[in-house]
Amino acid sequence: MMQIVGLILVAIGLYGLVSTKHVIRMLIALNILELGANIWIISIGYVEGGVAPIYTGEAASVASKFVDPLPQAMVLTAIVIGFGVTALGLAFARRMHMQYGTYDLSEIGGEE
Amino acid sequence: MKKIVSALLLIVFAFYLITLAGSAFDVFNPPAGIDPARVSNSFIHKNVQGGTDTVVFNESMNLENGSANIATAIVVDYRSFDTLGEVTVLFISALGVGMLLKSGESVALERGFILRAGAKFITPIVMVTGVYIFTHGHLTPGGGFPGGSMIAAASLLYWLGTGEQLTPVKSLKAAESTAGIAYVLVGLTGLVLMGSFLQNFMDTGVIGELFSAGVIPFVYSIIGIKVGSEVSGVLIDSSKMEVVS
Repeated sequence: MMQIVGLILVAIGLYGLVSTKHVIRMLIALNILELGANIWIISIGYVEGGVAPIYTGEAASVASKFVDPLPQAMVLTAIVIGFGVTALGLAFARRMHMQYGTYDLSEIGGEE
Repeated sequence: MKKIVSALLLIVFAFYLITLAGSAFDVFNPPAGIDPARVSNSFIHKNVQGGTDTVVFNESMNLENGSANIATAIVVDYRSFDTLGEVTVLFISALGVGMLLKSGESVALERGFILRAGAKFITPIVMVTGVYIFTHGHLTPGGGFPGGSMIAAASLLYWLGTGEQLTPVKSLKAAESTAGIAYVLVGLTGLVLMGSFLQNFMDTGVIGELFSAGVIPFVYSIIGIKVGSEVSGVLIDSSKMEVVS
């Protein structure tokens, strides 16, 4: 079920990326796409009735119920990279607005 | 017209994506129960290099990896080199943001008494929580990145609420570069002592204790300090504000 949610979010993000030329909207679409991809990756590692992969004072047999920690570690990296990309993109958008007075890529003229 | 074309393209792509994902990995029908052959089984039982018995919380000693949180064990021990690259990416993007936003544009903010007093009251609490999160990264969910983000949020809150900087930007930059060098030094120490870059060279102790898991708490503290000082430095450095109180 969650895989389908992730793929739908990826599709929404892709639609947002190709259908608009507004930079801020493109960044929002990129973030939705990333979120969908992350949900998809994490949901692959889910097991029925699984718990978070952290050893606690519970019974020792809890290790067999752990969800897959490997996709979670991958997604942790992806989240940080996504944060960096979004920050840099927003800085570029701000710079663009300062220089051209618009956030829309199609309104920037070429060389006069 | 453009939107219709992009929607059509998207439908084709989504169809491709769903059929591919459904057929290649069969993810829409996950196997019932637990598959014993899953890749991360050796990570969970902490015997990637073969050997150890069942892990018991608060009893097992000198495991291959003493971190109770297995995602942390993967991120800062088995795949620590990847995390070093991740920290580098964050540093480069912070550098880019700082360079692009050096505008000198000033924003005037009016601050009431409640905002000023509230910011001063909340900032230390948020900071201590951030430090707690990154020092307990091997025991609880969390770690260097969320802890560092909380510290950055606290210093931004203080700066927005009171108009004063908690620490000068110069010392933030010094803390950040020191933390970056310390991470590489930890890796080089592992290379010299154990023969492999970023390998754990300390005693892993009893699983579940604060001083366990070898270098993991130190590396996560380094990452927390680095992320916290980096992000708060960028936030404060990139724009200037006038204080109107």
